[in-house]
Amino acid sequence: MTTRWFGAPVQRVEDDRLLRGLGRFTDDIDDGALESVLVRSPYAHARILSIDVSAARAVPGVAAVYTAADLPFGGTDLPILIPHPNLKHGRTQRCLASEVVRYAGEAVAFVVAESRAIAEDAAELVEVIYEPLPVVITPELAARAERLVHDDVPGNVAAEMTQEVGDVDPALAAAPHRKALHLRFERGAAAPMECRAVWARWSDHERKLTVYDSTQSPTSIRGGLAVLFGLPESSVEVIAPDVGGGFGPKIMLFYPDELLVPHAAMQLGRPVKWTEDRQEHFTAVNQERGQVHEVEVGFDDEGKVLALSDDFIHDAGAYTPYGIILPIITAGQIPGPYRVPNYRVRFRDVYTNATPTSPYRGAGRPHACFVMERTLDTIAIELGLDRVEVRRRNLIQPDQFPYEVGVAWQDGKKVIYDSGNYPALLEKTIAMLGPRPAGEHIGMGLSVYVEGTGVGPYEGAHVQVLVSGKVVAATGIPSQGQSHATVWAQVVADELGVDVADVEVTSGDTRRFPWGVGTFASRGAVTAGNAMGVAARMVADKARRIAAEHLEADPADLELVDGRVSVKGSPTRGMPLAAVSVLANPVRYAFGGGTEAATQFTARPRPGPPLPEGEQPGLEATGYYSPPGSAWASGCHAAYVRVDPKTFRLEILKYVVVHDCGRVINPLVVEGQIEGGVAQGIGGAFYERLAYDDEGQLRNASFMEFLMPYATEIPPIAIDHIETPSPLNPLGIKGAGEAGVIPVGAVLASAIEEALGVPITEMPLSPLKLFELSTSP
Amino acid sequence: MKPPKFEYHAPATVEEACALLGSLEDAKVLAGGQSLVPLLNFRLARPQHLVDINRVEGLDRIYERDAGIAVQALARQAAVEDSSLVARVCPLLSDAMQLVAHRVIRNRGTVCGSLAHADPASELPAVLLALAGQVVVRSTRGQRVIGADRLFTGVMETAVAPDELIVEAWFPAPAGSFAIIEESRRHGDFALAGVVRAGQRLALFGVAPTPVLADPVDPTRGLRPSGDLEATSEFRLHLVRVLTEKALAA
Amino acid sequence: MKVNDIDHPAPTDPRRLLSDHLRHDLGLTGTHVGCEHGVCGCCTVLLDGVAVRSCLMLAVQAEGHDVTTIEGLARAGEPLHPVQQAFHECHGLQCGFCTPGFVMSVVGLLQKHPDPSSEQLDESITGNLCRCTGYASIRRAAHRAAELSKR
Repeated sequence: MTTRWFGAPVQRVEDDRLLRGLGRFTDDIDDGALESVLVRSPYAHARILSIDVSAARAVPGVAAVYTAADLPFGGTDLPILIPHPNLKHGRTQRCLASEVVRYAGEAVAFVVAESRAIAEDAAELVEVIYEPLPVVITPELAARAERLVHDDVPGNVAAEMTQEVGDVDPALAAAPHRKALHLRFERGAAAPMECRAVWARWSDHERKLTVYDSTQSPTSIRGGLAVLFGLPESSVEVIAPDVGGGFGPKIMLFYPDELLVPHAAMQLGRPVKWTEDRQEHFTAVNQERGQVHEVEVGFDDEGKVLALSDDFIHDAGAYTPYGIILPIITAGQIPGPYRVPNYRVRFRDVYTNATPTSPYRGAGRPHACFVMERTLDTIAIELGLDRVEVRRRNLIQPDQFPYEVGVAWQDGKKVIYDSGNYPALLEKTIAMLGPRPAGEHIGMGLSVYVEGTGVGPYEGAHVQVLVSGKVVAATGIPSQGQSHATVWAQVVADELGVDVADVEVTSGDTRRFPWGVGTFASRGAVTAGNAMGVAARMVADKARRIAAEHLEADPADLELVDGRVSVKGSPTRGMPLAAVSVLANPVRYAFGGGTEAATQFTARPRPGPPLPEGEQPGLEATGYYSPPGSAWASGCHAAYVRVDPKTFRLEILKYVVVHDCGRVINPLVVEGQIEGGVAQGIGGAFYERLAYDDEGQLRNASFMEFLMPYATEIPPIAIDHIETPSPLNPLGIKGAGEAGVIPVGAVLASAIEEALGVPITEMPLSPLKLFELSTSP
Repeated sequence: MKPPKFEYHAPATVEEACALLGSLEDAKVLAGGQSLVPLLNFRLARPQHLVDINRVEGLDRIYERDAGIAVQALARQAAVEDSSLVARVCPLLSDAMQLVAHRVIRNRGTVCGSLAHADPASELPAVLLALAGQVVVRSTRGQRVIGADRLFTGVMETAVAPDELIVEAWFPAPAGSFAIIEESRRHGDFALAGVVRAGQRLALFGVAPTPVLADPVDPTRGLRPSGDLEATSEFRLHLVRVLTEKALAA
Repeated sequence: MKVNDIDHPAPTDPRRLLSDHLRHDLGLTGTHVGCEHGVCGCCTVLLDGVAVRSCLMLAVQAEGHDVTTIEGLARAGEPLHPVQQAFHECHGLQCGFCTPGFVMSVVGLLQKHPDPSSEQLDESITGNLCRCTGYASIRRAAHRAAELSKR
């Protein structure tokens, strides 16, 4: 394979359309659709005594109002997406609540009308009488279990899991030094710029349901709708068109609207759409990050960790549709790049009266990283050692791979690091960070982290060379800005020896590729990227077979270069890939595009049937990649900050990143992912939080009060790479999507702690929190 | 998040606008819309009538009078920010403008609209107060002048009657040195606390239901700020002391 | 109102926001809606050459005015507008949802100040939210746009 495109900073093929305003996001699609709104519970916990929709139904322009009683699936619990034996008390909501609501924002009724404004007018007339119930809002309160979120879930505990490697208690008892830490992470939100949206049309004469959905997993949505409506999957088309950022919550399914909109479209005989507004997005869309950790560490005089015990509570929210993946990831990633010979982790996944949680970029890892790095900083302070040196002494060494941590991973297997060079990351980062700036109230922070990327089960791809010589490629997973179309075109272009501009990638459209899982967990490049490579190689092999017959050459002697298949070393002995595509499909009727060359009276080079036995027509192939395990990316971040001791304003003076995602397909894209991830990390560490009050009301459900950083809050970020190729996949790549966000909280906590001289044990921070820490006795 | 129903009126003159405000029940003036339209979209404001003054001719002047700057009702904040006349006569107003939201908001937002909206954390009401400025209001009953010290009566409440329109704000030139300093979470946000100094007059914002005058020697005397997600009462008092010190040194 | 140099009939419903009118009545879906309270900047368009939030205007208010949307910068088949080109060159977009708002904000600045200072360029992007890029590439794009516009 030539490597003309792989690794090059190829400019994006997606841009032109998006820059001209010709992107196609779900809400851009109208086609005469009715619009809709969900009536949501204002209470965090309440019994529904009655719902009266008669006034809403009477509003001119209203097409329908649905409650649970009006739905054939109204009494069915939505699925638990990822069941787990430890999830003893998994609970999911129903599409529309009719008995009890368990978080403010839970859907109760659905109004369909000629316009969103009319639907909102009518929604105000839906009369729901609630009997408020006691609210459980923090994970600590939930664990205390004085009040229950679900009557039938004892102790509010959905799941409990304990894992141990080595023998922790004796190791702790024997350790020369011991330290306990109490660490806390509040809830945060992904807040993509595009809120969620669904558009659906039922075609009676085709018996076909077409759904546009801003989802991260159209293939799963399709499967679910087919089951729900009793249709063969071939009668359901789900398309995730351009998606305006996802960052995790759009992998959650099924949000109520994802069932209600298709149902209404089928019932009403008209396209129906629903577009979430920003206010409802804050409570209707899954959240993450709430955890409370009790850590105990034993270490020696050198600062080496001998034993680590962590007992944490994970805030599940009101339901557990996503299973217990988040706490499993946290538990699996706490040791990170460090050797922890004796490790015990126990978690309880507890219900609270807040929006359910599911992965948000980082997904359990920022907390894990925060726990380990705060622990190492504590060791450094305790022993009077340099923080860098403590990390140096604990890092897993390059000759220890594959390295088995010994605890469970999110794919049902064990955490096994496939490759990496953590000391190199650390030294390169420290060199990049350079000397400490002059001045007072300056702090340095750093963090080394790992990230299990590219989980299974699999992704697939279809690659076809058209008779024009252009290439089309498709995969089931969608894109929300990760530049998939560019990087996959690079992979395919290299295999087929064509220009990137001649490869058109379609993603997230079940009409083009019906199989696959979704885009999440930094897995797109690893899974779909390798599937693209597999399919393209199959096409290249086929092209060699076909061309070999016509060129009277050995397929092994042929190469694909510059859009031609030719004999290595003699480029004139060859044929265009377009011509091979024609020959790949023997035709009776020439239909233009050069296809006369494949008709029956044209000389064939070989006797026998026109289509050789075992061969399929067309220069195309479908390939799959199913990873044997996660490819473990890693990185190191470090920063200098200054904190104003009077206003507690944070100034990030320098921020550096060294990143290892194996072989880099496109450095522009990877750096963009990192810069964006770090910015989200800074937001999550110092600006953004979801502020619930005791009644379970989210008090900052707007961009006025949920403080996502503007350009003014984000410093320049210096980025460098090392490359330790993953041995687990043909391309040697590891995922990069979430990396940027993971260590930022740990880095800023360490730096701010040093700058202000106050211990930092929680995330996120704010000037107010720093003021209180600085002035508390 | 779509506005509730309302009746829309677009008067062409101040007189028509005042006639509408005088005759309609529950009418709101729509000027720049940068505060009102979000409230409409959230359905937090539900006026029966909107009186859009944007089609009123000749109401967007920024001019010098009585040793100060007069800013008419439709003068956009960006125009005030860019005005060399304002920079020369009342540079405090130019400085303050940089702290008001973001440029694209200032392109549409009006100075008089900010004063009428009277958000306690907003900069311009405090500037008017520090400078002892005034607004001129008009109604079918006539015209009157309201001093800044009487204009702001509560959280988002003013002494402007429902039938009155602020047609002009007057910002006297500061006597001596001046400063405006605020602490906000992000660039362009409303202030957690802010101070405006014009000569020896000190006005605070973000720390009381209205902008308030304060004693430069003891700026927090009598102050009981409310707390919210980003600042407790104590933090606001602390910031007032810190910012006052900076403002006095500036 | 005139949108991208083409006259369109007046909107009928006074509560129709300009953003919704452009998107759903005129089919100009390049203007995006991210918050409907004026904070995110995705819906930024030019009104008589000046950048404004289209979610904070009623469509009826634009009657008699010139509106320019992202679709009006470069016609189909024509090369990208210098600001669009700069965003492409600098990888200034990922999902592309906030992009039209950023582009229109920078276009608004360059129309008023063809030779802007570095500070003005930096400031031109400070009122818009982006959740993908972390802004560094957008900042580079704004500066690159000023260079390209001068050519």
